[in-house]
Amino acid sequence: MSRPELQAPPEIYYGDTEAKKYTANTRIQQIQADMTYRALELLNLPPDEPKFLLDIGAGSGLSGEILDDEGHIWVGVDIAPSMLEVALERDVQGDLFLQDIGQGFGFRPGSFDGAVSISVIQWLLNAETSHPTSSPPHRLTRFFTTLYAALRNPSRAVLQFYPTSDDQIQLITSIAQKAGFGGGVVVDYPNSKKARKVFLCLYVGGGGGQQVPKGLEGDVADENAVKFEKRRERERRREKSGKRKNVKAKDWILKKKELYRQRGKEDVPRDSKYTGRKRRTVF
Amino acid sequence: MVRLITHNLLACHVKGCTTNNFPLVFQDAQVEIHEAEFNEDFIRGFMPKIEWKALVDSARQLGDTSLPEEQPEMADDDFLKTLHHVLLEMHIEEGAMVCQNCGHVYPISNGIPNMLLAEHEIG
Repeated sequence: MSRPELQAPPEIYYGDTEAKKYTANTRIQQIQADMTYRALELLNLPPDEPKFLLDIGAGSGLSGEILDDEGHIWVGVDIAPSMLEVALERDVQGDLFLQDIGQGFGFRPGSFDGAVSISVIQWLLNAETSHPTSSPPHRLTRFFTTLYAALRNPSRAVLQFYPTSDDQIQLITSIAQKAGFGGGVVVDYPNSKKARKVFLCLYVGGGGGQQVPKGLEGDVADENAVKFEKRRERERRREKSGKRKNVKAKDWILKKKELYRQRGKEDVPRDSKYTGRKRRTVF
Repeated sequence: MVRLITHNLLACHVKGCTTNNFPLVFQDAQVEIHEAEFNEDFIRGFMPKIEWKALVDSARQLGDTSLPEEQPEMADDDFLKTLHHVLLEMHIEEGAMVCQNCGHVYPISNGIPNMLLAEHEIG
């Protein structure tokens, strides 16, 4: 299937059913959690200090819960009402706003100690109407300039997103730089098709001496992934075919005994109600 | 869940609305109190960011008069606890926020303010 951002605008794509599905899916939960932890790592906040963070595209609060766990206070914005409804049902701690990030934020300058965004800004790359304010560059500019203003100096914003092409990365980083941000793109597991993750790691201030952190390399730590088990499938197939019967079944035993008697074998145990029963464990 | 902590950071972002656009004024606000964990470090760290007058005015508007008119120099425990209560435990569940300058109304329903703008209001 084609990518979700090509199918419908986010507030429509994440309708009631999709929002519930998205939040209930344990695989998505796991991926979101991993990416949120990685984003927090890239944010490089001082340890054990509660900070005031902005979660862009907070959705149902999957990432916000992790911010809670880490002891931060956060504000979430999202454009999909259904997702926010799920967040309300889940009783998340942060303040939630129904807001289109492409229209810009109204926060006072220097409000936040950092910002995270998980799988969101690719949604800004589609024009919904032909109005000039709906063009991707305009929306991105508006988003990055107001985000830059809302962040404290020095601080960081880490935005994970799914680009379809290098041109998109180029467009997004150039607009972010024009808005005043330093930093760049961090790619985790660049050689893996599945685990590859792109993080836009942006700095506000900091004297320009900050290096963009390195992406993770090597093989993916795969211990949490579900391994493909052929055994299960094989067993299921055998059960379905129904050819093989259970060896210890009572009628099988009776049949064998009958056969032995016909052949004249001595000492064949007589049949009783106990035939084919399991012994008690204490025996 | 609009808490006063976020309200204190929120200005109107309608196109061309740049002066007198803070703070947004509450209208028909219904307040609920939800207890939150008291975190002294966070409150202390957050204090310099607060626009004191806006916070006191909004709190009084919502019927909470526990904060002094002027921000005290020294912050003792009792004061931090009141501040914590006002900032993090007062939730505005229903109502609206209105910009004093351009008059844009941001309705709040179920504790979520609708910050969406019409096409002609986008900067």
